[in-house]
Amino acid sequence: MTGTLDRGDSPAGRTRTRPAMTGTLAGTGVLVRLALRRDRWLLPLWILGFALIAYSTAAAGAELYPDEPSRVAAATALNATASMVALFGRIYDPASLGALSLIKYTAFMTAILAVLMVILTIRHTRGDEESGRLELLGGGRLGRDAPLVSALAISFATSILTGLLSAAALSLGGLPGPGSLAFGLGWAATGMAYSAVAALAAQLTASARAATGLSIGVIAVTYGMRAVGDLAEPGPSVWSWLSPIGWNQQVRAYAGDHWWVLSLPLALCAVLVPAAFVLRAQRDLGAGLRDERPGPARGQLSGVLGLAVRLQYRVLLAWCVAFVLFGVVIGSLVGNVADFLSSPGAQDLMRALGGPRALTDAFLAAEISIMGVIAAAYGISAANHLRSEETAGHTEALLGTATTRLRWASSHYAVALAGVALLQLLTGLSIGIGAASAVNDGELVPRSLVAALAQIPAAWVLTSAALAVFGWLPRLTGAVWVLLLGLIALGEFGVLWNAPEWLMELSPFRHTPLLPVDAEGIPALAALTITAALLGALGYAGWRRRDLAA
Amino acid sequence: MSNVVEMTGVVKRFGTVAALDGLDFQVAAGEVHGFLGPNGAGKSTTLRLLLGMLRATSGSARVLGLDPWHDVATLHRRLAYVPGDVALWPNLTGGEVIDLLGRLQGGQDRARRDRLLQTFDLDPTKKSRTYSKGNRQKVALVAALATDAELFLLDEPTSGLDPLMEDAFRGCVRELRDQGRTILLSSHILSEAEALSDRVSIIRAGRVVESGPLAQLRHLTRTSVTADVASVPPGLDLLPGVHDVVVTDHRVSAQVDPAGLAPFLQALTAAGLHALTSQPPTLEDLFLRHYGPAGSLETARR
Repeated sequence: MTGTLDRGDSPAGRTRTRPAMTGTLAGTGVLVRLALRRDRWLLPLWILGFALIAYSTAAAGAELYPDEPSRVAAATALNATASMVALFGRIYDPASLGALSLIKYTAFMTAILAVLMVILTIRHTRGDEESGRLELLGGGRLGRDAPLVSALAISFATSILTGLLSAAALSLGGLPGPGSLAFGLGWAATGMAYSAVAALAAQLTASARAATGLSIGVIAVTYGMRAVGDLAEPGPSVWSWLSPIGWNQQVRAYAGDHWWVLSLPLALCAVLVPAAFVLRAQRDLGAGLRDERPGPARGQLSGVLGLAVRLQYRVLLAWCVAFVLFGVVIGSLVGNVADFLSSPGAQDLMRALGGPRALTDAFLAAEISIMGVIAAAYGISAANHLRSEETAGHTEALLGTATTRLRWASSHYAVALAGVALLQLLTGLSIGIGAASAVNDGELVPRSLVAALAQIPAAWVLTSAALAVFGWLPRLTGAVWVLLLGLIALGEFGVLWNAPEWLMELSPFRHTPLLPVDAEGIPALAALTITAALLGALGYAGWRRRDLAA
Repeated sequence: MSNVVEMTGVVKRFGTVAALDGLDFQVAAGEVHGFLGPNGAGKSTTLRLLLGMLRATSGSARVLGLDPWHDVATLHRRLAYVPGDVALWPNLTGGEVIDLLGRLQGGQDRARRDRLLQTFDLDPTKKSRTYSKGNRQKVALVAALATDAELFLLDEPTSGLDPLMEDAFRGCVRELRDQGRTILLSSHILSEAEALSDRVSIIRAGRVVESGPLAQLRHLTRTSVTADVASVPPGLDLLPGVHDVVVTDHRVSAQVDPAGLAPFLQALTAAGLHALTSQPPTLEDLFLRHYGPAGSLETARR
C-alpha cells in the first residue's frame, strides 16, 4: 500500500493514510472479495433461480385461476386438506390470486432458501476454519471478526437481493406491487434470520458438518412448529409465532400485507449476530465451544461395519428423533381431520367413499407416504457415504488392509438399508400411537405400522439406486438426489403436467400400497424389493470392476 | 520365489493419459527397494495397482505370486500399506484408527504397537482432527509397521515427519529388513532412498528407466572432483571422460566418468597435487541425468 508512504499534509493525503480497517475487522474487504470470487457462479444462479421461479409461478397462477370463483374454490379446498396445511400452510384470503399461487413458496420454498443460506454462511465461516484456509489467510493481516463479518455480509446481501429481485419478478408476473414487495421482503428477512442461526451454530461446533446439521435441524424443527401451529383451530396458534418460517407466513403477502411482522426476523438477527460475535471472541481459531477432549487410546471397532455404524449413528439418531416427534404430532392431528373437512359436501363425499374411517385413513396414508419419501432421502444420504468416504481418501486406507471391496461397500449400504427400515418402523409406531391416543382407537397402531413398513421397499429402491450410481458413475452420486426430486415432482404434479402413464409408473412410490394395506399389496412389495436387490447387485458389479478414486 | 513384485509391460491409462506406459518392475524378496521419481511420474499409480485399487489396462502384475486385482483378501493379509496422502476419520482417535486398521489387517502385535507409539512419540488419545500432517503420517506408519506383514508398501512414508522422526523411521525399516521382510519405498527424497535402499528403480513418465543396486547405478554417472594443484596443466578438458572443467587460480573442478578417473588423477598428480575432494555420484545426479535433458525436474525447480 502506498498509503503508508504518503504522509503529506494535504487532505487527500490524510484520507489515504487513514487506517482503513484495523483491529478485529482488518481484512474484511479482502475476504468479501475472495468469497465473491469463489461463489461467482453459485450466488447469481441461486438469486436468479429464485426470481425465475417466482416469475413463472406468478404468470402461471393467472392462467390457472382466471376468475375469483375458481380461486376461492381452490383455496377453500387447500385450506380444508389437513396434509396440505401441514406441509404448506393456510391461505388467508381465498380471493387473492397471489396468496393462492404462492402457497407452496411461503413456507416450503422459504425453508429451501434457509437451507441455502445456512450452507453459504457455514461455508465461509466454520468450513474455511476447519479446512485451514482461514489459517492460511490469517498469516496476513486478518482480524478475528473479519471472517464472520464478511460471511454475514455475503449471506445478508444474497438474502436481500433474492428478496428484492423476486419481488420485482412477481409484480412483473402480474401480481400486485405491495403484496409482491411484502413477499420478497419476507424471503429476505427469513434468509437473514437463518444466516444468523448458522453464524451462531458455526461458533458452537468444531466441524462444518456438525454446524450445518445443527442449523438444518433448527430449520426442520421450526418448520414442524409452524405445521402444528397452522393446523390448530382456529387460525395459527402460538407455535406458528415461535417459528421464523411461521413469521414469513404471517406476513400474509397479498392477503393483508402485515408489514410489522417483518420486524420479527430482524429482531432475531439483532440477538443472534451479537451472540455469535461474543462466542467467537471467547474461543481459539479452529476450536468449538467445548475443548476437544482426549478419546480412548485403544479402539473397540471390530471391522468396517462397526466403523460405518460409528460414522453414521449420530446422524441416524437425529433422524430418528425427528421422525418420532413428527410422527406423534402428525398422528395426533387425526382428531382434527373431521373438523377440517368442515364443508358438509366434502364430508358427505368422504363418507360415500368409505365411511368416517376413510377420512382418517386418507389423512394417515398421505402423511405416511410423505414420511416414506423422506426415509428414502435418508437412505440416499446414508448410501452416499460410500462416495464421500472414497473421495476423502478413507477407503484407500481400508482397502489397503485385508478388507475386500464387497465387504466395505456392504457396510455403509447395510447401515442405509437398516436405517430406512428403522425410520419407517418408528414412523408407523409414532403416527399410530399419536393417532390412537387422539381418537381412542387402539387399532390405529397396527394399521399405521403396517402402512409405514410397506413404504420400506420403495425407499430401498432409491437407496440401492445410490449404490448403483456409486458403482458405475461415481462422479454423479449427486444425481440420485435429482432422481428423487424428479420422482417427488412427478408424483405431485404429474397429473397436472399430463405426464404419460408409463413415466408415472416408473416411480417406486406409486407402486407402494396405501392404507389399508392388505394381502393384495404383497406382489407389488415383492417386486419393489427385487428391484432394490437387482440395483444393489448392479452397483456391486460396477464397484468391483472400477478404479478407486485417487 | 525370488521376486516379491513382478510387473511386466504394465500400461495404465486414465482416459487418454497413460500414467504407466509399459512398466517393467521387480522387487526381490528381503530387500529394501527404493522407488524413485518426481511428482507425477507414476509412483503412486504403481503402488495402487499393486494393491488392486486400480486395474491395469494391459500387462501383468504379480505380488507375492498372487494377482493383485483378484486375490485381494489373501494377498492383503500378507502385506501392509501406508498411503501417500494419509486421510483419517476426524472424530476417531489415533489409537482407534491404529487398532481398526490392525484388526482389518488380521491382527497386529500389541507390544510392538505400543513400542512404535513411543518411538514415534505419538499420543493415541487425540482425535484425528487435531493431528498435524506429520502426526497423521505417524498413525498410518504405526498401524502398518505393527503388523506382521511380509511385504510393506510405503508411499512417501516420511512426508511431514521431522528429522528426528525420519531417523526413527529408518531404524524401523532396518529392523524389518533384518527380519527378512521386503520393503518397497517410494520417494522423491533422494537422501532417504539412498540411506535405506539395497536397490533402486527410477521411474519416469510411466516407465522404469533405471533399476539396480545403488553401487551399480553409481557407475552410470560422474564423480565430482575438486583439486588444488601447484600449476594447472593445459588440456585437461581434452582428456577422455572429463567434462565441465572449471579452473580458478590453482583450483580445478570437473565431472569425470568412471573410465576417465585414472588418467585425470594421473595428470593432476603430475601437476603437483595439494588437496583433493571427490564426491560420489548422488541420486540427485542420477535424477538429473534422467530428468535433466527432458527439463522436467529443472523446470520444476525454477
